Amino acid sequence: MKRIFIAAAALFSAAAFATPASANLNVFACEPEWGALATEIGGNKVNVYNATTGGQDPHQVQARPSLIARARTANVRVCTGAELEIGWLPVIIQQSGNQNLQPGRPGAFDATSAVRLVERPENVDRAQGDIHAMGNPHIQTDPRNMIPVSRAMAVRFAQLDPGNAATYTARQQDFERRWNAALQRWTQRAAPLRGVAILVQHRSWPYMESWLGLTEIMPLEPRVGVPPSSGYLAQVLQTIQTRPARFVIRSAYEDSRPSDFISQRAHIPAVMLPFTIGGDPQATNLFTLYDDTITKLLSGIGQ
Amino acid sequence: MDISRYAAGAFAAATLLGATGAHAQTAPAQSASAQNTEDITALRHDMEALRQEYEARIADLEARLARAEAAEGVQASAAPPDQTAATTTTPSDQTATADQATAPTTTPAANDVYANASAPAGGQTSQSLYNPAMSVVLNGFLTAANRDTGSERIAGIASGGDIEHPPRGFSLGESEFGMSSNIDPYFYGFLVVALDNEGAANVEEAYIQTTSMPGGLTLTAGRFFSGIGYANETHAHNWAFSDAALPYRAFLGSQLGDDGVQLTWLAPTDQFLLFGVEAMRGAAYPAAGARNNGIGSYAAWVRTGNDIDVSNSYLASVSYLHTQAADRVSDGDVFNGHDDLVIGSLTYKWAPGGNRLNQNFTANGELFFGNENGTLNGIPVDQNRFGWYVQGIYQFMPRWRVGLRYAALHSDDPGPLLAGSALDDLGINPYTATALIEWDPSEFSRLRLQYSHDESGFNPNDIVTMQYTAIYGMHGAHRY
Repeated sequence: MKRIFIAAAALFSAAAFATPASANLNVFACEPEWGALATEIGGNKVNVYNATTGGQDPHQVQARPSLIARARTANVRVCTGAELEIGWLPVIIQQSGNQNLQPGRPGAFDATSAVRLVERPENVDRAQGDIHAMGNPHIQTDPRNMIPVSRAMAVRFAQLDPGNAATYTARQQDFERRWNAALQRWTQRAAPLRGVAILVQHRSWPYMESWLGLTEIMPLEPRVGVPPSSGYLAQVLQTIQTRPARFVIRSAYEDSRPSDFISQRAHIPAVMLPFTIGGDPQATNLFTLYDDTITKLLSGIGQ
Repeated sequence: MDISRYAAGAFAAATLLGATGAHAQTAPAQSASAQNTEDITALRHDMEALRQEYEARIADLEARLARAEAAEGVQASAAPPDQTAATTTTPSDQTATADQATAPTTTPAANDVYANASAPAGGQTSQSLYNPAMSVVLNGFLTAANRDTGSERIAGIASGGDIEHPPRGFSLGESEFGMSSNIDPYFYGFLVVALDNEGAANVEEAYIQTTSMPGGLTLTAGRFFSGIGYANETHAHNWAFSDAALPYRAFLGSQLGDDGVQLTWLAPTDQFLLFGVEAMRGAAYPAAGARNNGIGSYAAWVRTGNDIDVSNSYLASVSYLHTQAADRVSDGDVFNGHDDLVIGSLTYKWAPGGNRLNQNFTANGELFFGNENGTLNGIPVDQNRFGWYVQGIYQFMPRWRVGLRYAALHSDDPGPLLAGSALDDLGINPYTATALIEWDPSEFSRLRLQYSHDESGFNPNDIVTMQYTAIYGMHGAHRY
C-alpha cells in the first residue's frame, strides 16, 4: 500500500513538473486546416495541437485519451463548428474539465461563425440522414473563406493574449496579402473547370463548387452520411446518361468503392481530393492544399 | 465599404450635433442681442435639419442592410435538396462571393467582437438552443434459448442487481429517456430515466457536474455510474455486447450506480492521467442497507492513456471499490459484511490512419480480484473471488461489425459450514463465450445478432438474441 502512495506521489510531482512554463497560447485545432491557419496567425506565439489528421473523417472521431489530455491544457480551440464535431468534441470538453473551451467562451472559436453557411435545411428530420442542421460546415473547400476566418481568428487570439495582439494583427495582414495573391493564381489555373459537371460522393463540396463554378449533378449518397446501395448507384448511372458528368470526386477519408463503381461503369475518372491538409502526400500546408486540389480537379478533365 | 463604421460615425456626429443644439437652447437668450437670438435660432434649425438628414440616411442604410441580409439569408437557406440549382451559380452570385473575399469588411468577421458567433448572418443555431438536449433510446429483443432465461444465477455468487437475460421470445428492453444541459456557467446537469418493460420508471443517472472548477478538477454529485473499470460508466445501449460481461454481472450486478459524490482530477500532462475518488450511499449491490449513516461505499481509480501512433491508442486503469452490506438478500440468503474489489482494465483501439469510418478494431480486457468478508446467514465468510474477460470488436466494413468475448469466474471454497450455500460453486468454474454480428443502418440505429454459450450457472444454456437499438433526439457523443 505504501508503495502505491509513493508511486502516486511520484506521478503527481511528475505532472506538476510537466506543466508547460511558456506563456504561449495553447491551441487545440479540431481539424488540420484550422491548426495551419492558427500557425499562420500566431507564428511562434502559439503551440498548435492538431486533434485530427487529413486521413480522418471529422464527423467520426473517437474521444481518445490523448485528445482529452490536450484539451485540458488548451487556451483556445479552433474548430469548424456548425455541429461538424458534435459526435466527439462535447465529450472531450466535458471530460477535460477545461472551462475555457465551453461554448460561448472566448476560448471556443468556430470558423463557421465568420462565414455564411449554405444548405441550411428548412427543417431537420433524421429520415433525411445525418444532416447538418446549421448548414453545410465544410467551408474550408473554398479558400476565399480563409480570409474572414483568419481575421476573426486574429481578433480572438488578440483578445485572449493582448500582449501579442500586434503580432497577430500583423501576421494576419501578411497572411491575407499572400493569400490574395494565391487566390488569383488558383482562380486563373482553375479557369477550365468553370461550368464542368461533376458527381460527388458526399455533399462536402458546395463551397468549392461555388468558388470554381463546378456544377454538381448529384451526390452518390441517397441520404447524407448513408452509404449508397447498388440500386441507388444504378439510379446515378441512369441520371448521368442524360446529364453527363465529367468525373466523380470524394474526400481522402471516404470509402473509395462507390466512386470506383461509378468510375468503372460510366467510364469517367474518379478523383480523390485531399479535403484538408494531410489528406494526401501533396497537401502539406494551407497553400499546397489548394494547389493540389486544383491539380487533381484538372486531372479529372484530362489537363 | 465599412457600413457599420460609417453608420457609427454618422450616428456619433448626429448625437454631437443634437447635444450642441440642446446646449444652444439653454444659452441665456435674455442677455444676448436680438441678432444673436436670431442667429442661434437659425443655427439650431440648420442643425436640426442636418440631424434629421443624418437620421434619415442612417435609417435608409439600416433598411438596405436588413434587405441585403434577408436576401442573402433566403438564398443561403433556400438551397434546394437537389444540389444542381444551388451549385449552378450565376455570374452575379460569383461576383458577390468574390467580392466577399476581396472586400470582406462586409462580413460579420470584421466586427471586433468575438460575439459575432451570434451575428444573424452567421446563421448559428445549435443543439444548445434546444435547452435541454433530449434523447430517447429504444431497445427490443427476440430471444431463443435451450432453457428458460430471465431468472439466472451465477455459481458461487450471492448475486444482486440486474443480471438476468431477456426472457425467451419477444421482449422490450429498457427504454431510456435522457435530458442534459448546461445549467449555468458553473454546472452541467444530466438525467436518464429508464423504463423497464413493465413500465416502472427507474432513475438511472441524475447528477450535476461542475464545469468551471480550476486546475482540472471536476465534482459530480447525485446518482451516477461509478467510474471504476472500463465499462461501468457506459450506458447499456452503448455496450459492445447485449449483456454485461460475466464479472460485471457477478461482482457489480451488471453495473454499479449509486447516490453520492465523485471528484476527479485530470493532470495537465500530454499523457492522459485522470484520478477519481467517490463516496456513495451504499444502497446498490454489492453494497446494501446504506451503512455508515448512508456513506457505505468508497471507490478510487486512476486512468491513463495515449496514442501509440496515429492508428493505435490505449486506455488503462486500476480501480478499487470498498462496499459495506447490511442485510443484503440474494435468493433468500442474507449477507452482512463488506466487499473489496480491485479491477485492472486495458483497452486498445486501432483504426487505419485514425479513420474509424471504414475499418476499426477494439480490444478490451479486465481482471477482477474480489473479497467478500462477513457473515452469510450468520455463518462467517472470508472468500476470495477472481474474474476476467477479454473481448474484441472488429468493424470490417462501414456499418458492419463482428465481435467475440470470453469471460470466466473462479470463487474459492467458502468452507465446510457454507457447503451447498449460494457461495459454493459446487465445483463449477463459470464461463460464457459470446459472438455477435452487428449492422448499423445509420449512426442512430443498430441491429445485433448475438449468440452466447452460457455456463455461468448450474445449467448450461445457449442463447441467441436479436436486438435492435435506436436513438433519437440529441446527437450523442461517445466516450472512448
